Amino acid sequence: MKKIGLISVAALLASGAAAWADELSVVCSAEQDWCDLMVSAFEAENPDTDVLMVRKSTGETLAQIRAEAGNPKIDVWWGGTGDPHLIAAEEGLTQPSGVDTSELLGWAQNMAEISDGRAIGIYAGALGIAYNTEILADKNIAAPECWADLEDPRFVGEVQVANPNSSGTAYTELATFVQLFGEDEAMLKLAAVGQNVNSYTKSGSAPSKAAARGETGVSIGFMHDMVKLAAQGFPLAIVAPCEGTGYEVGAVSIIEGARNFEGAQAWVEFALNAETQSRAPEVGAFQVPSNSNAQVAPESPDLASIKLIDYDFATYGSSDTRSRLLARWDEEVGDPNPEQ
Amino acid sequence: MKKTILIWLALGLASFVLLPWHMTDDGLFDPRWITDGVAATGLFGTLAGQWWLAPAGLALVVATILQLTIPEPVKRARLTLGTAGAGLFFMAVQGLIIVRAGPRVFEGVLTGDGIMAGQAGMGAGAGICAIALLFAATISLSQSGKGQGDAFVVSTIGLIIALVGIFVFFPVIHILVRAFEVEGGYSLTQFFPRFFSSDIWGLGCLIGPRSCGVAINSLFLGVMTGLGTTVLGLAFALIFTRTDFRAKKVLRVLTVLPIITPPFVIGLALILLFGRAGTVTEFFADLFGWEQTRWLYGFWGVYFAQLLSFTPIAFLVLIGVVQGVSPSMEEASQTLDADRWQTFRYVSLPLMRPGLANAFLLGFIESIADFGNPLVLGSGYSVLSTEIFFAIVGAVADPAKAAILAIALLSLTMSAFIAQRLWLGKKSYATITGKADSGQNAGLNPVLKGLCYAIALPWAALTLIVYSMIIFGSFVKLWGYNHSFTFDHYIRAFGIDFENRRLTGVAWDSYFTTLTISSIAAPLTAIVGLSTAYLLVRQKFVGKDAFEFSTMLSFAIPGTVIGVSYIMAFNFPPIELTGTSIILIIVFVFRNMPVGVRGGIAAMSQLDKSLDEASITLGANSFTTVRRVILPLMGPAILAALTYSFVRAITSVSAVIFLVSAKHNMATAFIVGRVENGEFGLAIAYSAVLIVTMLAAILLMQLLVGTRRLRRTDRVQQTAKAA
Repeated sequence: MKKIGLISVAALLASGAAAWADELSVVCSAEQDWCDLMVSAFEAENPDTDVLMVRKSTGETLAQIRAEAGNPKIDVWWGGTGDPHLIAAEEGLTQPSGVDTSELLGWAQNMAEISDGRAIGIYAGALGIAYNTEILADKNIAAPECWADLEDPRFVGEVQVANPNSSGTAYTELATFVQLFGEDEAMLKLAAVGQNVNSYTKSGSAPSKAAARGETGVSIGFMHDMVKLAAQGFPLAIVAPCEGTGYEVGAVSIIEGARNFEGAQAWVEFALNAETQSRAPEVGAFQVPSNSNAQVAPESPDLASIKLIDYDFATYGSSDTRSRLLARWDEEVGDPNPEQ
Repeated sequence: MKKTILIWLALGLASFVLLPWHMTDDGLFDPRWITDGVAATGLFGTLAGQWWLAPAGLALVVATILQLTIPEPVKRARLTLGTAGAGLFFMAVQGLIIVRAGPRVFEGVLTGDGIMAGQAGMGAGAGICAIALLFAATISLSQSGKGQGDAFVVSTIGLIIALVGIFVFFPVIHILVRAFEVEGGYSLTQFFPRFFSSDIWGLGCLIGPRSCGVAINSLFLGVMTGLGTTVLGLAFALIFTRTDFRAKKVLRVLTVLPIITPPFVIGLALILLFGRAGTVTEFFADLFGWEQTRWLYGFWGVYFAQLLSFTPIAFLVLIGVVQGVSPSMEEASQTLDADRWQTFRYVSLPLMRPGLANAFLLGFIESIADFGNPLVLGSGYSVLSTEIFFAIVGAVADPAKAAILAIALLSLTMSAFIAQRLWLGKKSYATITGKADSGQNAGLNPVLKGLCYAIALPWAALTLIVYSMIIFGSFVKLWGYNHSFTFDHYIRAFGIDFENRRLTGVAWDSYFTTLTISSIAAPLTAIVGLSTAYLLVRQKFVGKDAFEFSTMLSFAIPGTVIGVSYIMAFNFPPIELTGTSIILIIVFVFRNMPVGVRGGIAAMSQLDKSLDEASITLGANSFTTVRRVILPLMGPAILAALTYSFVRAITSVSAVIFLVSAKHNMATAFIVGRVENGEFGLAIAYSAVLIVTMLAAILLMQLLVGTRRLRRTDRVQQTAKAA
């Protein structure tokens, strides 16, 4: 009894955690290596600041800053797909950073406008199709070139894509189809592709990993993830669909009520400058940088050669459109015959 | 007893006067709070206008006066109990109402500069005051004629209830209440249609091509896994205790491996072996010309992975129980001319019932709360745990849906718990008594032995293959594609620059944090878990069943829900813990405590009560009895609790993901990040290092705890010779 008592006392005693003024607490939703690079580069430029960085996915981060609202432990949220950043902005969980965005490309400024300066674009990545060259060769299936090809019966049981209810990647695909073909036509097409889908995965990056390992023939996902897998040595070929495709914009936001606002602001400025962004390919991040002066890696999917749609983030990022489209997806595309 | 109360009260008063009441920004051992001008202790705070701190100090003073002035014991105890209870109540109320931003409710009544300034979370002073008041109350309660007059028992019950209340109920309520949330308020009528929706409970898969509801899927998977792991665990336990199997040591290691494996690794290895492009699949496809299918993705894959992962838990629970079955009973049975099968069937097996029931319950709960395997292999087979995760972190966050699903999951657990109670009934399973008991355990009859081998050995072989694959995967460039040998993954993770004496590997930070936190959490978990088990088995008190269930609660709730609810509950005063290592320790202690409780209950049901009675008759109090009689006989249960909580703290993922911070990152969060990133080599190398670390730690613990000596020859009847 006394032992338990003493231990719990000790636990309470130790609970006075310190928070130094020159500490900057960063949540990073990009790949770990990229996060590490950012931290060491930032600390080299700002030797007085001690960056505390932890990597969490966008969904986890959004859930955490919602739960922490009012007394946040995070200062700045860097990286990860833009939709959750926009939702956080819409819910007032983040605050405008007031940083100059004039050097940025149009889509990055657009994101800042939509969110009243709360979320700023740092990179973009286009949606595409990947296929396992070995599997398609084995089965004598002609490679896909367009979204429409995926409706073809030759791909039956070979297509894998995430479920838009759980994955932001798949939601981007859904929204892309709607913007390309109109809502009704998009649902028909998605349902037709669905005839060939072997599994709607929970995670957005899972299908391309499965395609890389030959667990499925074809996947839909972000092209920079596919480039990375191919660069690791997997037999993966990447296709920019002929009809045109949508894209995601990765963002950076400052949390409302951040304890170290100046530090967070310095981080955002640092994240947007051309020099920082040019270093991303060092760690195998092949997204397209948002600063117009940043260098684009030769491996990066060349956005100029891809037919990009004029993705409407304001409309398709809003909660209303999202719930409506997802409800329709559940009803008309859904999971009619899941594997058991 | 009066002395004990006075000591606690003095301690409480001292901390009220001397220690900072609130938590400080500089950490505990930094004396800056004395000089930085803020009146920080309870007493000075009260004098400086934080009048709401006064009741705690006042209660301590009044209780001390009562103790010193009232001669009549029962009256003294009752009055002290009331005073201390009131003190605790006011402490909790003020903490909940006045937060950093000032009062949360009654803004109109609570005015003034002091109160509007708000207060930080409770710190050292508040903590010790609360404990002092709690013990003053419980000791008084024991003297006022309740609880058999045993201060130790009542205080332990009080402490555990307080801890479970604060660290299980308080956070969990934060999230469960959202199940009743509708736009702009709360509603009971909305809850029922949503709860009983066919998405959750639908039985479509039984009658047609539609899929079943997620809860039905979870239930089916849980029952199958519970049964499967119990049978496998029993087979292993029997092989260990009742046969002369030669390679017991190898088997022992194999039964430990899966629990010390970080999540995702088993699923990943299974994909590489049995996936559509897996090694085994391709081998058979080439051999027999079979179609390479995706059978692994769905129910069977998850079931397969769960059997591999959770059998060891059943084994850990069962080994102690099977060992404990008294040889005298078996000998008596054989003397009465029963053969070995009859002895097993009618004597040994029924005596193992508490073990079987607990093993099944744990397997079932583990299965329905399991998150890693369904995520990797589940595909279209949706279960509650993954649905809850994506209801919280998915593209459309829906906390209400998550809460409803969590309630569905809880109701499944509760049903399993009740079913287990009914099956066990009120029989006695005590077989370890004070009487001489020097016989030999009966060996298994040949058929049963063959059956055990047939069940357990394929599992062991498969485990061996899976783990060889994992080791292999950590040494090759790109697992599955480029099998050239490399140390790169290890160097990246655990590189050391000997010249500059720096650790250059990326994994070191999280590795040390993980080990520190797990080593602190493990003994705490064992203490809390086993003391709870002791109370449940040995003591009678009002509300025992509810108490027992409440200790299982945190285990049954999916980690994701626990993680988010901990942030909601402990991000604000009165208890502000987010971003610290304490919150990780606490979440591990209370999440893994049920294993200590289950194992403890199973082991303790076997200890005959006459042992306690003998000790008490000889004048020992219950604390001494626990220490000198029960604990030494609980070796295997202690070891299981320690091992399991240590290992679970290292390998758990879903709760931890929300609670890790930059300063305190955990290995699993790191590994998951790498897996998401497709860096399997690094993830697997890190996992391999963790596995080796945990194996070493387990062996060390085994040495420290030692084996219990039952004064029985540990030999099994030589079946070969006897037959």
